[in-house]
Amino acid sequence: MESEQLQQFLYDMLLARAFEERAAEEYTQGHIAGFLHLYPGEEAVAVGTIRAAEPSDYIVSTYREHVHALIRDIEPKKIMAELYGKRTGISRGMGGSMHLFDKEHRFMGGYAIVGETFPIATGIGYSIAYRHLPEAVLCYFGDGAVNQGTFHESLNMAALWKLPILFICENNHYQIGTEIHRHSAVVDVYKRAASYAIPAEQVNGMNVEDVYHHTKSALAHIRAGGGPYLLEFQTYRYRGHSMADPGTYRPPAEVRAYSGLDPIVLATRELTRHTHLVSATPPFDTDVIQQHIEQGYQAGHWQVADVETMKAQIQQILDDAVAFAQSSPSLTMDEAIQLVNQNHAHEGLI
Amino acid sequence: MTDTLFYWQAVNLALDHALAEDPNVFIMGEDVGLYGGTYRATENLMAKYGEMRVRDTPISENSFTGLGVGAAMTGLRPVIEIMTANFALLALDSIINLAAKIPFMSGGQFPVPLTIRMPQGVAKQLGAQHSQRLEHTLMNVPGLRIAVPFTPHDAYHQIRQAIRSDDPIIILEHDLLYFSKGPVDPSQAPIPMHQAVVRQEGTDITCISYSLMVGEALKAAQELQQDGISMEVIDLRSLSPIDWNCLEQSVQKTHHVLIAEEDSRYAGAGAELAATLQERCFYTLDAPIARTAGLDIPIPFNAELEQASIPHANDIARAARTILLQRSQKS
Repeated sequence: MESEQLQQFLYDMLLARAFEERAAEEYTQGHIAGFLHLYPGEEAVAVGTIRAAEPSDYIVSTYREHVHALIRDIEPKKIMAELYGKRTGISRGMGGSMHLFDKEHRFMGGYAIVGETFPIATGIGYSIAYRHLPEAVLCYFGDGAVNQGTFHESLNMAALWKLPILFICENNHYQIGTEIHRHSAVVDVYKRAASYAIPAEQVNGMNVEDVYHHTKSALAHIRAGGGPYLLEFQTYRYRGHSMADPGTYRPPAEVRAYSGLDPIVLATRELTRHTHLVSATPPFDTDVIQQHIEQGYQAGHWQVADVETMKAQIQQILDDAVAFAQSSPSLTMDEAIQLVNQNHAHEGLI
Repeated sequence: MTDTLFYWQAVNLALDHALAEDPNVFIMGEDVGLYGGTYRATENLMAKYGEMRVRDTPISENSFTGLGVGAAMTGLRPVIEIMTANFALLALDSIINLAAKIPFMSGGQFPVPLTIRMPQGVAKQLGAQHSQRLEHTLMNVPGLRIAVPFTPHDAYHQIRQAIRSDDPIIILEHDLLYFSKGPVDPSQAPIPMHQAVVRQEGTDITCISYSLMVGEALKAAQELQQDGISMEVIDLRSLSPIDWNCLEQSVQKTHHVLIAEEDSRYAGAGAELAATLQERCFYTLDAPIARTAGLDIPIPFNAELEQASIPHANDIARAARTILLQRSQKS
């Protein structure tokens, strides 16, 4: 893989991690409220899949979608402002953390009722097929979503009508606090796709290169008219389900073990091997990353100046994003009501 | 040109014309294609427009309704037929959490130009699960519009208007109206989609009704005429929004209001009508607003009890007489 691509992945993941940690900080300080579901640990999935997609492809995501939006190149400040509920937010402050929408980037929303991404993606897939376009839909969901009826209903229709949908399972092994072997009779999610004759694979979701390559080939299959495809990425979230979740149901040893597979660390190692360039230093407070970075320094793999540049750049972006969000005004109630009425403004209703 | 059509034919004609007018319109639902729709509403349309535009679905109400939402977000104009409102209970997430919310919570970026048609109401001995009326649930959802056409002419035009609109719109048809007949003039300019109409002018009392119950109210008005009582009958045609001005004007004339609805009385459409009308016309009213409504029980299968659990013309007439009798006793 090209060094430039690997550096992009590293930057993406560092930004993703730093954004989420900053969001947690803002939440803890009481600047933002509501549900806040964070992504640390799962970065390789969003980065590898979205970087493998075309700008003309559609993204349908869940309530844990800040990072999908970031990697889709939606400006961090617009995402942060949405977390703050401000009018400059990507959904004008009417959606919040769980409902990021961006028409320009074909970011078709974050959905907060588990299993809703399936029918939405199926509808977009139907629309693409209807218009005979070479586009695809990336439909995200967690392992907990596969026991909703919509999973089965939508996969059936997608396969029946050969719709161009890539179903992407972010299997972090927990539906909130219930581990997969306690919520699913079959713990290998990809096997379920066989019920609908949809080709599927299980992939290491902690390795961004693996994620990228498998996504590329799945999308090629879809664009060749092969119909839907399902990829199950085995991943792990380091934090609780949301900021309201202390995560006491997981043994600390398990969290530590997965932290050893930190996708950012793995990518850093790979990048170093290829380019003898840089990795990250932490504004990020992740012990695993810190540890590897220290090792890299000691072994002479890293160049401090490069690391500092990347780090500073990201910090500046996030500082600006927070300042932007904090200084932005809110929508007025009249404007909010206008959102309900604007689509029939040209009709005389009564 | 005016033709006399069955209600189902008017629906069919509206869909046919909509498909012909706009290539972005497609129809989806259970047995809407080859079979032609359980009430014949989509008869022959698949043969005419092909499978991509008239699509038979698996029995997956929530997902094919949600599919309609997703397709609408990309600019298509889906018309989803849910075979009966009873099955729409399975699709409420797609209707309430998706169709009604996305235009708003996307900050206005994604209109959802979706039409959802479904028959509902008490037919003939279909049992409690197949006799539901869903307006009370849907009315309480900001972001949805609801039309309840009573005549074939309205069915034609309100469906056309719904499909052309950029909002998610529910069309509640009634099982027992599909084989009613009436004049339909597709070329006539339609009145606004949510405007109420006075079906029968009157001066003593206003009966507010919608869908199948309008027919019962009209029969009641005839019956009352023989007693020298003049009942005005208003067909709401829409339950969200409601044409309050039309109702207010009528109340100013009659000073008495009776609401006739087939839905269960408790927290039904009539409750909203009564509450808002007393806010708006309290000092014009000469008597409390009354409701003739379905009983608060699941619909019995037993034929006599089934019919006794929903209002009929004689119940409406009796209720009107009671209100007006109180007036004459007072004076």
